[in-house]
Amino acid sequence: MNEAILEKLKVLAESAKYDVSCASSGTTRKNIPGGIGNAQGWGICHSFTEDGRCVSLLKIMLTNNCIYDCAYCINRRSNDLQRATFSVSELVELTIEFYRRNYIEGLFLSSGVVRNPDYTMERLVRAIKDLRTVHRFNGYIHMKSIPGASEQLVHEAGLYADRLSVNIEIPTEQNLKLLAPEKDHASVYKPMSFIQQGMLESKEDRRKFRSAPRFAPAGQSTQMIVGATSENDKQILQTSAALYQRPSMKRVYYSGFIPVNSYDNRLPALKQPPLVRENRLYQADWLMRFYEFKVDEIVDDRYPDLDLEIDPKLSWALRHPEVFPVDVNKADYSLILRIPGIGVKSAKLIVMSRRYTKITGSALKKMGVVMKKAQYFITCNELPVHTVHEASPEYVRKVLTEKKFPKSKQTDQQQLSLIFE
Amino acid sequence: MIVFRYDKTYEGLLTAIFDAYFRKTFPDKLLGTDDIEPMFAEESFTVITQSDKAARVWKSLEKKLSANACNMLTYVWLSEEDGSDELLFQYIRKTVDSKRTIETNFADEVVLKVHKLAMKVSKERLRMIQFVRFQKAADDVFFAPVSPDHNCLPLVIDHFKDRFADQKWILYDTKRDYGFYYDLKTVTEMTLETSARFSEGKLDEALMAEDEKLFQQLWKTYFKSMAIKERINPKLHRQLMPKRYWKYMTEKQ
Ligand code: SF4
Repeated sequence: MNEAILEKLKVLAESAKYDVSCASSGTTRKNIPGGIGNAQGWGICHSFTEDGRCVSLLKIMLTNNCIYDCAYCINRRSNDLQRATFSVSELVELTIEFYRRNYIEGLFLSSGVVRNPDYTMERLVRAIKDLRTVHRFNGYIHMKSIPGASEQLVHEAGLYADRLSVNIEIPTEQNLKLLAPEKDHASVYKPMSFIQQGMLESKEDRRKFRSAPRFAPAGQSTQMIVGATSENDKQILQTSAALYQRPSMKRVYYSGFIPVNSYDNRLPALKQPPLVRENRLYQADWLMRFYEFKVDEIVDDRYPDLDLEIDPKLSWALRHPEVFPVDVNKADYSLILRIPGIGVKSAKLIVMSRRYTKITGSALKKMGVVMKKAQYFITCNELPVHTVHEASPEYVRKVLTEKKFPKSKQTDQQQLSLIFE
Repeated sequence: MIVFRYDKTYEGLLTAIFDAYFRKTFPDKLLGTDDIEPMFAEESFTVITQSDKAARVWKSLEKKLSANACNMLTYVWLSEEDGSDELLFQYIRKTVDSKRTIETNFADEVVLKVHKLAMKVSKERLRMIQFVRFQKAADDVFFAPVSPDHNCLPLVIDHFKDRFADQKWILYDTKRDYGFYYDLKTVTEMTLETSARFSEGKLDEALMAEDEKLFQQLWKTYFKSMAIKERINPKLHRQLMPKRYWKYMTEKQ
């Protein structure tokens, strides 16, 4: 390794940074004798960028050369930008040395398309195969499958990667065609099915032979760009919900559109990426994955877009006052989860503790319930009755949106605080 | 007011519990051996730490509590927070006195406090796992200085031992001036004679391995280029990665 690699790293990291789908969760793997590394099922963030995103993996491109010309992508063919390519051995050494210093959990490898999808895919696979077989690396590996790659190569990738992803990028075919004329949904959905197929087969084999190889044990993920095209939140979330129907799909990521090619007039002119909307989509996604919400409870024809002022759970509660107030001493766990101001953690504490004693308002507070919100939606004996019915949904909405956002703090609250109760 | 004195060790605390039940008097206050006597003490008893007594108390706790709750007690002890020993004393006493396990009764103030303090330590343990940065020294040992608020180094040893099994490393707490050394086989506790030199968070350049500077530079470069300038958010950044850890983090140096 020498100084020249600094420049390459800079170029290829710059080129990779806009892909947001790179958490390191989903696999637990012990180290092997003589090997380096392990993986934690819950994922570890080793650093945070100045914009507050987790750095868990070395997110890098093998090359930022590309034969395609997708409008939303900084690496598109028609952009005049510095290009660079790693050799496989450079990439492997960089990963191992960063890992040894505890900078990262592993590697997230993607690439521009050079020559053709399979040619590119083959080189990506060689890199991760080297890491696993030559260097006995047990850290996390997430590889982006190249759209249009053949089944055989996707299959080989699955033997070495923890997670594979293929990005949808644009939720509807029509808009994708508009912005990425060389791509279509089929080239995305096909490798997605290969991955799913591989996972299911491997599961089946492992039932018979314990030693059968694992295939992408952390499943697959995908990413959608939000705000580059005209889709509403309903279309986006329905796409996600359909994807979550697949047993292999673990995460859908939402990436607020950042105008990197501002001169392209197929794209909207934005002053700022739609961060609040992106945040709301993540919250809605959480509701589907952890709060037992169905997609049409969150968005429907009457409310096709998420409310930017309040989080989707509060928004649902205000549209459904008939469900409330909920008695925290009696209601089912799943109903308690629906109370604004109560998160998964406090819901669990409540259900466990009420076997011992009646839960009081002050106990709720100590368990981390945000009473400012929750008070309108619960009863627990001694609380003064002042529910959403007496106060009216409009009033509750007003109170809860008013002082919460002093102007100066607004930008900070806008992004990626997934802690909503 | 009844005062117990003990040597401020975990074993000592457990011994104190044994003695309290044996004597049937329970302390209102726990003091270190050399602490000043409070004015209203009617009775002062000095605990002599005995590992067999401590072991008996621990054993009976293990019978009554889940492994998780037992871990929690250790975490609370390692928190080193003022009054955490008295809190543990109350918790253990409640456990011993109650027929049913109390560990999930979070409506009880002591139970909730123990839970919360343990979570705090557990959070910092996680931060060690995230934010520890190793620097490779000329003798091929990977060295990482830290100074956590709570004494949580012992809680991360297993993690690093499994993860970095094929490299020698030292994790060193510069605040408490002790650390752990892994020699490819076992981990041993140790104290460095020259620890003052690492208080800045960096290994002396003369002690670094040949490539070390380059890799630090590469990491810094990478870290910088990852930030998306349209989204910069310093407050969120500090919240996720508190400033007090920056001193030892290569990308922030
Ligand atoms: S194929 Fe990928 S790298 Fe190439 S222009 Fe499209 S999005 Fe960018």
